[in-house]
Formats: sequence, structure tokens, C-alpha cells
Amino acid sequence: MKKGIEVSIAASVAAKLARVEVIAAYPITPQTHIVEHLSDLVANGELDAVYINVESEHSAMSACCGASAGGARTFTSTSAQGLELMHEILFIASGMRLPIVMATVNRALSSPLSIWGDHSDVMAARDTGWIMLFCENGQEVVDSIIMAFRIAEDRRILLPVMVNLDGFSLSHVIEPIEFPSQEEVDKFLPAYSPLYTLHPDKPVTMGAYAMPELYTEAKYAQEMAIVNSRPVIAQVMEEFGKSFGRSYKPVETYNIDKADFVFIALGAVSENIKTAIDALKEEGKEAGLISLRLYRPFPAEELIAVLANKKKAAVIERVMPGGAMNSPLYNEVASLVHANNMNLSVQNYVLGLGGRDAHPEEFMEIFRSVDTKQPLRKDMNFTVIGVRA
Amino acid sequence: MRRKSLQLYTDHPELEFAVPGHRACQGCAEILALRLALKVFGKDTILAMATGCMEIISTPLPLTDWTLPWIHVAFENAAAVASGIEGALRILMDKNKIPRKDINVVAVAGDGGTSDIGLQALSGALERGTNFTYICLDNEAYMNTGIQRSSSTPYGAMTTTSPPGRKSIGQSTWKKNMPKIAVAHNIPYVATACPSYPFDLFSKVKKAKMTKGPSYLHILSVCPTGWRIPTDLAIRYGKLAVKAGVFPLYEVENGEWRLTYSPEPLTPVKDYFKGQGRFRHLTDEVVAEIQGRVNKEWEELKGMCVK
Repeated sequence: MKKGIEVSIAASVAAKLARVEVIAAYPITPQTHIVEHLSDLVANGELDAVYINVESEHSAMSACCGASAGGARTFTSTSAQGLELMHEILFIASGMRLPIVMATVNRALSSPLSIWGDHSDVMAARDTGWIMLFCENGQEVVDSIIMAFRIAEDRRILLPVMVNLDGFSLSHVIEPIEFPSQEEVDKFLPAYSPLYTLHPDKPVTMGAYAMPELYTEAKYAQEMAIVNSRPVIAQVMEEFGKSFGRSYKPVETYNIDKADFVFIALGAVSENIKTAIDALKEEGKEAGLISLRLYRPFPAEELIAVLANKKKAAVIERVMPGGAMNSPLYNEVASLVHANNMNLSVQNYVLGLGGRDAHPEEFMEIFRSVDTKQPLRKDMNFTVIGVRA
Repeated sequence: MRRKSLQLYTDHPELEFAVPGHRACQGCAEILALRLALKVFGKDTILAMATGCMEIISTPLPLTDWTLPWIHVAFENAAAVASGIEGALRILMDKNKIPRKDINVVAVAGDGGTSDIGLQALSGALERGTNFTYICLDNEAYMNTGIQRSSSTPYGAMTTTSPPGRKSIGQSTWKKNMPKIAVAHNIPYVATACPSYPFDLFSKVKKAKMTKGPSYLHILSVCPTGWRIPTDLAIRYGKLAVKAGVFPLYEVENGEWRLTYSPEPLTPVKDYFKGQGRFRHLTDEVVAEIQGRVNKEWEELKGMCVK
């Protein structure tokens, strides 16, 4: 049965259903409702967990590393500046193969300060060795958090997983969400059984340093772990579908069969794009959507498959390139197109920064103007939608 | 009145948890301090160590110097990592996932990792009442990276980033009083120690180990490399630091201050400075200025301590 609930609250209920054991977190808008509700659940004894009120996000991720190394199922959540403050430790969590799960409520980065949503936080953390999932709606947030622990703790993977949900436009909306029962979740996600833990009965050294003779090998082993996690993630998603009746794929599509043109996007903006696609359909025009549920590892194979026979693509991003030629997702799609000799014209659109709405009409306009689009300058390929320059 | 007591070395465990083969410099008193402390903590101990000398001399992949469970995450977060470990142990024991027993969680960092970059994480862990012991191994500069000044470097000392020169006497600031900062958190146990006084160190580590809640140990760890002294004199200089009142040995138990060793009459500071390359450039005036402040702080400390 579906229940109308704020998505942030639903995210913390999902963490409870996953029976998290240690939560170390620091409050930041728009993540606060998640940690407030988890605090409540722990305070009321509804969730048997230790909640560590740390003094910063840097310490949040550090405490998560300690807790995960100690053998506890570990969860945290943050946004924007908080994600940047823990940036250093993100690399260490993945390098040490600690299966921490973090809900990142995506928000713009300062300066200028903005508490509102976009993807500049996660994009600055995209290559930290974390597995990254993006969510379109509240149901996906709940399901992704449960799946995230299965993925993270899989012995073939053992990597931290970040579940991204858009600040406010997803985190603070009330949606009808179906929660699985505790029994069903327990069956899908058994108790965490760590490979190594910090315990005096079996002393291990964690976090040793590597000389030049070994650093490359250590990083290569880690890279292979994340690259090889792709089929396992797909398998977990498939199994989730069998258990709960809601199936997910690393790359989701909408109306791509008849369309030559596709939008490629991440996160909740995909729902607005779908509205635009439906409106275009009524005008007799066909546009498709490719939404990346899995962003790290980059789902190259799946993307190649769904891009087959497509002529044009518009990559929609909620982040400025920051001096790069284009925004990050475009660069990866372009490199995929190049490496596979695909006959696909790709354009880059930046919108929805700092909480600015992304209206369906704007996507319809992108569809209409994609052939005649003029880039800002010759050396730049991206277009910023709606900017008063 | 000074009381004398007889202690036997054999009273203390023969077990070693920092084993031979590490890469510490010749004459390093820091690894000695840690080795002695770990003897008291014993085998049911988990170490969370900050980046620094002790980390870098002990764990080049795939080797390790530690026979205890040990983790290193980063430079500034040993206290936060320890908080996570303590939380994990607590919940896993509560849920009967691991057998219930007393396990000491010990965070270890140098003076830079404590008084500079790790101060915030330490303050957080102390304030939260984390059940752990934090050990600051104070060698009075960033020795691991090549002797750069920290806020724990003593006034006047030469380091590579506080060089004496026409416009500089060397370190221009007074040593940050970390134990006092720890005491200000109202934690149950704070103590200073020095491996030159091993039995004093043993008893303080034992108290820290028995403390429920946070305990803080600040251990002066003489660094022949950074202090520019001969490698066979680390123990002697540790004693001189204590006898000159530069590094007093005391403990603060539930807010009650107590000197654990009274060196009065104090040895002149210039005798402690003599032979240390890092103080070689100091003029008599600067030494006199330092002597004045050491005397003042010593009297203040005595005033706070119970008679």
C-alpha cells in the first residue's frame, strides 16, 4: 500500500529498513530532515543504532570509516558544502573498500551561497571511487538505499555507495511511496557480514601506505573492483525487481523506440523531461529520454545499447563546466561516442542551477532548436538555458 | 616532600605490540613512548592513528609494525575515526553480534595532528563523551615532513618554517597548552607524561585505560632528528624538560589537578636548551625571557594543583 510521505523522511525509513547500525552525520540544508528523522528513530528505540553527532562532515565521514571498519552497517547523509568538506575522506573510504552508504541531497555549491538544488556537489565528487546512483522520485530513493547496501557489501564489490537525490525538488516533496515490509527487506538484505574488521581477536592493519612499487597496483585493484561492479549492480537491481515487483536498470529509458532524438539526464529533472516528451508526442513529435540511474561506474555498455540508431542527443546538466569545455556528463557521453565511432550529434545544455526551475517548456524548446543551436563561443559547446547574460 | 617508591620493570607486561623492524629514526623517543603505553593497554586494544611519524614508520604496504588491530584514515581525524570504532563496538555488542568485552579504543596523533589540524575532531570526540583514550605524542613540530613548526613548537625554537633570521627569533609564539584545552572539556582524565619517566607514564596510561569516557594523554616525545641533539640523549633531554619545568608532569582527575613529580628546585632553562641545535641561536635575553615565563607558568600550575 502506498503512503504519502516526504521523500527525506522516506529515505530515513529506508535506512531503518536496512537496519543501519551506526549513523554519523552533521546537519546541512537540505539534508536535515533525513538526519532529524533518523535521530528520532534512534531516540525512540525504533532503530537499534548508534547515532554519532559529529562536529563536521569531515568527521562524519571519518567516523563512518571507523564504524564500517569496526564491522557495523554504516550510513550518513550530506549536501553541498558538507560533501566538499568530506571530500578528502571520500577517496579514503573507497580506497579502503568500506561499504558505507550515503544519501547525498544534491545542492549548489557556494559562492554565491545557495541552499537550493543542483548537481555541482556530486559532480565535484564524481571520481572519488564511490558507486553512484541517481534517483528520479521518492520510490527510487527508498529502493536505491536498500539496494545500495546490497551492492556495497557484496564481497565482489566492497565499495561505498552514494545515493543522490535532488535537494528540495525531490527531497522535500511529498510523494506516494510503497514501503517493503521489514521481513522482505531482511530477506533481500541479510545482516552485514564483513570480510575484515578491527577486533583484537584477529588484529589487522588497515590504511597502510604504499610506495611507488605498490601504489599503482593498489589503485588498479580498486579500479577493477568498481569497473567489475557493473554486472553485479545490474544483477542486484534485477533481483530487487523479483523480490519487490519494482524493477530497475542501470540506464532507464522513456519513449526511445521511435525517437531519433534523446535527452540524457540525471536525477529528478528526468520527470520534467518526461512531461515535455509527452507534450511533444501530442504535437506528433518523438523525443526520448535516457536517464542514468547508475553514474559510477559509468554504464558505458548499457548506454551504447540504448543509443544505437539515435541521431541526436541533448545532455542535460545541473552544473557549470567550471572552465572545462563542457559539463562532466557531456564529456563522458562525447568520449563514448568517439571511442565507439557512433554517428551521434551531441549537444550540452546547462540548466536548473541553484534551485532554478527546469520547466517542461524549456525541454520542448531544446528539442525544437537542437539543430540550429549556436554554442556560446567556438571553444565552448554548452548552452545555458534561460540565463540573463 | 618527595616520596620515593620502588617499581620493578617486571611489573609491566613483557608483551610487545609495536614490534621490532619499524623505520623510526635512531634514538626516537616517540616510538618508545607508544611502545610503553601499548604494554599497559594490552591486547584488547584498537588503535586509530593519524598520519604522521608513527604511521609512516610502521606500515609500508604490505608490512606492519602492529600486532594490535590498527587503522589509519587521514591526518586530522584520528579522534573521529575512534568515535566510529567505539560506536561500532557498542552497537555490535548490544546486538550480540560480537562478544561483550572491554576493548580499549585508542587514538594516536602527533602534536600537529592534535593541536593544529586535528583539534576540531578531538574537541568533538571529547565533547561527545566518547569512551576512548586520545594520546598526543608531542615532538614539538611536524617532524615527519621535515621539521616544520606547529602550534606546539616552543617559543624561540628553530624549525624549517620558523627559521631565525634578521627579523625572526625562530618560533614566535608560545607553545599551545593542549592539556589545558582537553581539561576545559571537563573530561574525567587528562595527564602529561614523558617516556623518560616510564613508571609515571605507566601509571597514567593505566588510569586512562580504566577511565569511563574520554581520557587525554599528552606525552612529550623527544625527537633527536628535529631537536638537533645526539641520538643517545633523548631520555636525558626528556628528563631535562621535566626538571626545568618546561614540561611538567601532572594529571587532572575529575577536575582535580595534581603534580605527579615535583622537580623543584627547577633546573635553569638554559641547561635544558644547551646542546639542542633548535635553540642554539637564542640570545641570553631571549633565554631569560623564556625562563621568566616558565617560572610564572610553573607557579600557576602549582597553584592549581592540590597540595
